[in-house]
Amino acid sequence: MKKRHLLGIRDLSRNEIERFIETAKGFKDVLKRDIKKVPALRGKTVINLFFEPSTRTKTSFEIAEKRLSMDVLNFSVPASSVVKGESLYDTIKTIEAYGVDFIVIRHSSSGVPHFVANNINASVINAGDGINEHPTQALLDAFSIKENKGSLEGLTITIVGDIYHSRVAKSNIYLLSKFNNRIRLIAPPTLIPDIKGFDVEIFSDMDKGLAGADIVMMLRIQLERQGSAFFPSIQEYFKFWGLDKRRLSLAKKDAIVMHPGPMNRGVEISSDVADSPQSVILEQVTNGLAVRMAVMYLLSGGVDS
Amino acid sequence: MMRKKTRTKSTKELLGSKDIKRIISRIAHEITEKNKGVENLCLIGIQRGGVHLARRLALEIKTIEQVDIPVGSLDISLYRDDITIRKEQPVVRKTELPLDITDKKIVLVDDVLFTGRSIRAAMDALMDFGRPAQIQLAVLIDRGHRELPIRADYVGKNIPTSQKENIEVELIEEATPDRVVLYKE
Repeated sequence: MKKRHLLGIRDLSRNEIERFIETAKGFKDVLKRDIKKVPALRGKTVINLFFEPSTRTKTSFEIAEKRLSMDVLNFSVPASSVVKGESLYDTIKTIEAYGVDFIVIRHSSSGVPHFVANNINASVINAGDGINEHPTQALLDAFSIKENKGSLEGLTITIVGDIYHSRVAKSNIYLLSKFNNRIRLIAPPTLIPDIKGFDVEIFSDMDKGLAGADIVMMLRIQLERQGSAFFPSIQEYFKFWGLDKRRLSLAKKDAIVMHPGPMNRGVEISSDVADSPQSVILEQVTNGLAVRMAVMYLLSGGVDS
Repeated sequence: MMRKKTRTKSTKELLGSKDIKRIISRIAHEITEKNKGVENLCLIGIQRGGVHLARRLALEIKTIEQVDIPVGSLDISLYRDDITIRKEQPVVRKTELPLDITDKKIVLVDDVLFTGRSIRAAMDALMDFGRPAQIQLAVLIDRGHRELPIRADYVGKNIPTSQKENIEVELIEEATPDRVVLYKE
């Protein structure tokens, strides 16, 4: 792979996406062994730089890094010198001086990973920036879709929830629209972003948007980003846009339900759906490890930019 | 084996399908002779070139001993020593071991033995799956130029080469006639 950074899905080619998924398949096998660690990236150092609270993504990256035999450093904001007033530029220059090979970064502002990539001699992986992108999540979702449906093409995929604030939704839209799928978005009208240039159908009636779907992708209501009132109450949200058994029955019989986690049971998804055989939510977690291993493995050979 | 796709100027067929058939038959006999039968034996082909050869050896051994011996495949890409200096990472392929390899006699099978680095990686990979009683090595071609102290227990044919030459083993399982070809730059 010619790429050195993974900043977003938007600038990936179909071939590159397929290569990530194909390689993740190999790593998924590694994760089933007794000894789950391989020496592939021995001697490489990675720093996980999380400017936003994260447990799942950070843990997933950290396990993936350790499985590849990397040396792992964690840098979270409350414990760092950022609270002492250091600028982002000085922080990353300091990290560069440590001689790290990879930076995994999450930040509440969109575009920060791009800024870091332009200012450091290391591979940068975007672990979520503001409301822009979350590329490894979209890759693991694509891997999970391919495993369950046998293909990444010709599917009807319905994404439900807070599309506006969701970098997961955006990365997924970018990815899935590269593979000839029908993409539907269901959200309260206040939570639909301005998506120009993408072939998506927008619904505010959930029953209509779910009819005949192959994939139902639920999003977490990001209570921490609801600064102004986008919808009246959580109870009302579930009534109109929550996924329960009756609504899921409108989708295809073999439709799968996905969720990037953490779930708010009773807010966007009912417990019986979350725990149903159609739910692949826990598979997504396992696939996340494999995809993140594949991303770091493939980027380690990168030469461009 | 690192297979660099270089522009080739000339090619020469070194072995044809009859030669390869005879060699596989001979190595099968050597394996059963050296191990006094096939008890505890397992053949493991290194991805990709060794996998088909391992299967053929097992078939040949069956005609001699009337026993099906277990055959596996081993991907070594995550154990290579050049992983962080290559421009393009190798494709990660399937590793399928048919049984717990601990206390088994393992015959690693590869198509071409060259620097020995693939074999080193293969031994490291195997050790992560268990502790074999023994590891032996069978190759179709030994082309010399070893960079590590490794030698094969069973060799189909020694073919001295120069560094600029490349040897390709082409097998019917890959939709080409069985043959071994020398490519010169």
